[in-house]
Amino acid sequence: MGFDIRWPIGIIFTIYGIVLMVYGLVTNQEIFTKSLGVNIDLWWGLGMLIFGIFMGALAFRASRRSQP
Amino acid sequence: MHLQFVDYTIIVIYFGFVLGIGFALRGRMKTSEDFFLSGRSIPGWITGLAFMSANLGALEVMGHAANAAKYGMFVNHFYWLAAMPAMCFVGVFMMPFYYGSKVRSVPEFLRKRYDEKTRTLNAFSFAVMTLLVSGIDLYAMAILFQRLLNWPFWTSVVASALVVAIYIYLGGLTSSIYNEVLQFFLIVFGFLPLAILGLKAVGGFAGLQAKLPNAGYAHTWANIWSANMNPMGINWFGTIFGLGFVLSFGYWCTDFLVVQRGLAAKDMASAQRTPLIAAVPKMFFPLMVILPGLVAISYEPVRQLLWDPAKNQFNYNQALPAMLGSLYPSGLLGIGLTALLASFMSGMAGNVTAFNTVWTFDIYQTHINPGKEDKHYLNMGRIATVFAVLVGIATAFIVLKFNNLMDYLQLLFAFFNAPLFGTFLLGMFWKRTSAHSGFWGLLSGILAAVGHYTLYHYHKINYPSDMAANFYQAIVAFVVCFVVTVVVTFFTEPRKEEELVGLVYSLTPRPKTAHLPWYERPGILAIIILAMCTVLNILFW
Repeated sequence: MGFDIRWPIGIIFTIYGIVLMVYGLVTNQEIFTKSLGVNIDLWWGLGMLIFGIFMGALAFRASRRSQP
Repeated sequence: MHLQFVDYTIIVIYFGFVLGIGFALRGRMKTSEDFFLSGRSIPGWITGLAFMSANLGALEVMGHAANAAKYGMFVNHFYWLAAMPAMCFVGVFMMPFYYGSKVRSVPEFLRKRYDEKTRTLNAFSFAVMTLLVSGIDLYAMAILFQRLLNWPFWTSVVASALVVAIYIYLGGLTSSIYNEVLQFFLIVFGFLPLAILGLKAVGGFAGLQAKLPNAGYAHTWANIWSANMNPMGINWFGTIFGLGFVLSFGYWCTDFLVVQRGLAAKDMASAQRTPLIAAVPKMFFPLMVILPGLVAISYEPVRQLLWDPAKNQFNYNQALPAMLGSLYPSGLLGIGLTALLASFMSGMAGNVTAFNTVWTFDIYQTHINPGKEDKHYLNMGRIATVFAVLVGIATAFIVLKFNNLMDYLQLLFAFFNAPLFGTFLLGMFWKRTSAHSGFWGLLSGILAAVGHYTLYHYHKINYPSDMAANFYQAIVAFVVCFVVTVVVTFFTEPRKEEELVGLVYSLTPRPKTAHLPWYERPGILAIIILAMCTVLNILFW
């Protein structure tokens, strides 16, 4: 029923990952005193990007398989 | 909380996706089964995560963080004592009846097992309860909007309600379930850094234990033996029987909000796995809500934010938002707030989809306008969605008057879910239970809860805390329902055994699982989950 939900999940996490990483790199690093000196945007963004690509890959594999 | 452009962008993208999923599914809603049950076609991992997410409303997230800050790790009981066994039980023992009997709702099961009046009573009480609960998430969402955008409460409520209404109106249960899966992952990714940064802030788990206001806060079980030993004022009997048995089994096994996700599954094995798959993330959820709650009360900068000097007490309900605001820099803050919004929306949507199904099938189609073509009921489901959201807006204003949200919720459960579990337990596992007994048992259970609440409200009986009162109210309602059902059964005719096949345990063939690999068999999964849960209980004794 419907489309593969892994597509939108993969896409939104990829977008979020890229946005967070770019923001973490270009922003004034002083904001990370809040997160105890860790550039959490960069690292968590990377984590979200990897998850997004992984979900997208699962959806892609499933779409290839279902085609004859 | 100062938001930057990047945070707003993240939140706007989220709204785009949520509504986009609704629009993408719009054309696929052709029959009422599509709209209300997703055409029974969804894989187990999706319904499982949706099962988990529909339960992850505002109370689950903000409420349990608040409770953890207030009561310590005692709150783990809501997960490891209450949810785990009940979720395993519904997956292994009850789902075969729900899914196998092809009912479209929990009240419809009651009609098959008992009779029409039992179903109608349950349908009405469930509809009322669901509408009263849906206001909680709307309220929480509106408060968040109000803080972020400085909109007035009224505008915030309407805006939040509108988004949920649109995506359910368009795509029905499928839209709700798909969004719940998306919301589940956003919630995990939004709150997990809170645990990591929180632990870092207090110097790891050892540092947390040293900084907690009371050494007992770091224990799940150690303070359970008498009511004086824990701040919730509940002893082992109230906790294990009231919360661990009556309230939790009542909620997880009979609340249509969660059961509906299992009914949408594509086959019996997936339906049975739905609550079991949900149980795995649920087991680790204390990491994302209870741990931040404990950090909030031990980490000085957040602790100060929670202190309300005017009232000379801590404002526990703000534990989670205060943690987000203190530890998350811009960027991640947007993700954290999106997670919060996602949790409120999934909770609200779960209530709305459950309501529109029960309303359309069990009340409208049965009593008001039977025998119309399918299209008519599909449209009724859409109208009911709009109606549910409008009433949800009204209840948000009732909730505004309540100061403790968790007490409000457990109170409603104690009224409606607790007696219902007695009706189900007897109906499913005792074939003698007669058709009339269900109605009288359920009615007396609800009335007993009303009576207990009245006595407590007017201080004729007293408990150390409102939560303790709720637990005992659930026990009273359950016991009364159970006893009345048994007594009425002995004075009425039993039903014919051949009518009860597929509805009663002893007369129903077990679902075959031998052809499945071991990791797909419900019984084995349940044993693994309970074993893991036991280990967690011992680790955090």
